[in-house]
Amino acid sequence: MIEFSLWDIVRNLLLAARWTVALALMAFVGGGVLGLLLLMARVAGLRGVQTILKGYVQLFQGTPLLVQLFLAFFGLGLLGVDVSQWLAAGVALTLYASAFLSEIWRGCVEAIPKGQWEAADSLALSFMQKLRHVVGPQALRIAVPSTVGFLVQMIKATALASVIGFIELTKAGTMIANATFQPFVVYGWVALMYFALCWPVTAWSRKLEKDLRRGR
Amino acid sequence: MGADNIITIGQLRKRFGATEVLKGIDLDVARGEVIAIIGKSGSGKSTLLRCINGLERFDEGALQVGGQALRHGDQRALRALRQHVGMIFQSFNLFPHLSVGANVMLAPRLVKQRGKDDAQAHARRLLERVGLADKFDAWPDQLSGGQQQRVAIARALAMEPSVMLCDEITSALDPELVGEVLRVVESLAQDGMTLLMVTHEMSFARKVSDRVVFMHAGCIHEMGPPEQIFGDPRTPELRQFLSALH
Repeated sequence: MIEFSLWDIVRNLLLAARWTVALALMAFVGGGVLGLLLLMARVAGLRGVQTILKGYVQLFQGTPLLVQLFLAFFGLGLLGVDVSQWLAAGVALTLYASAFLSEIWRGCVEAIPKGQWEAADSLALSFMQKLRHVVGPQALRIAVPSTVGFLVQMIKATALASVIGFIELTKAGTMIANATFQPFVVYGWVALMYFALCWPVTAWSRKLEKDLRRGR
Repeated sequence: MGADNIITIGQLRKRFGATEVLKGIDLDVARGEVIAIIGKSGSGKSTLLRCINGLERFDEGALQVGGQALRHGDQRALRALRQHVGMIFQSFNLFPHLSVGANVMLAPRLVKQRGKDDAQAHARRLLERVGLADKFDAWPDQLSGGQQQRVAIARALAMEPSVMLCDEITSALDPELVGEVLRVVESLAQDGMTLLMVTHEMSFARKVSDRVVFMHAGCIHEMGPPEQIFGDPRTPELRQFLSALH
């Protein structure tokens, strides 16, 4: 039997953790940009678009991410589109994040008093100017805790990508545990690494909240 | 007057669901005229005011400001019209995330594309005019209600409007702060600004306005110079409204 040193385990987990980070970043950035576009379309109040966007959000909020991953991977395959696990996981997580983020942010925008919109309207500001200079900055401040909370959820949710064979931290952990017969040690390290990824994000959020309060 | 009317309103109707809140309003306002709109709550006076800058959408009739018709489908035209119509609100509605100076400078910089130094100098002059020269760098939540409302006036003036709408601008203020705001409004009137104000300050309306409009149940019920409206009310509704105030 081959002996695995602790360093072998940790090193391989760290290598796989890069993919967790890459996947999470992709979901943050892609989901954030798409979520912002969805938010603007909803706040703009275009009538036909509303129903479609509501349906979109309902779809991604109402089905498990796990099932969405399966659908993205196997469904697109059935359609004759050859998708890599990386692409399927990236797309599924991006769409999932965009639906949730647009909904979280819509709540924040709606929390801004109507008088702020009216004051901006009466000063002849355009829709984009109102969002960018009046409502956006105020909504941003209330959005920080819930957005960061969701981002931390997303880091952990990347673990689900392991079910379609994408080798990120959790999948690597499973493979290494099977080879070393030391599941407790391996999964212990896996947990530590997830914590090491999530904790700084939460800490950064606390700092950001404080900064935004000070900067107003 | 005719050609010199800055606002013309014809047969304006507005419904909220099944209730008609404006039932055919006709009103012409001459340039430089000061009009006080009085009436019970629910009489439609705030709604009328909010129709004039398009914050409220009317259902029928016509409304013109400075010769431009207000059409709701056309955002560009609506924004062009709003540049000529300033509005001050009961709840001030200052932008809490911006300093006092930034509140005043925001719209001139974004909408009129004024340069930073230019906008800043202008904002300082306006704050001085409302008696708040030293508050340029203060935050809205550090000011009293009366001071906040005066900043709101400076902010509206920064767009150099030709008409100013005042929607119960002293109703949210402590009694001792009302005077400082009204003095600023009075100075605007003296400088020739066209003013339309919905107000509960009857002595102020009497003193400053050229014409008083009494609204009742969605209609202009009685209208005339302040001496006539307050001194010689013709309709029982106005008489009842005035006597209820004392």
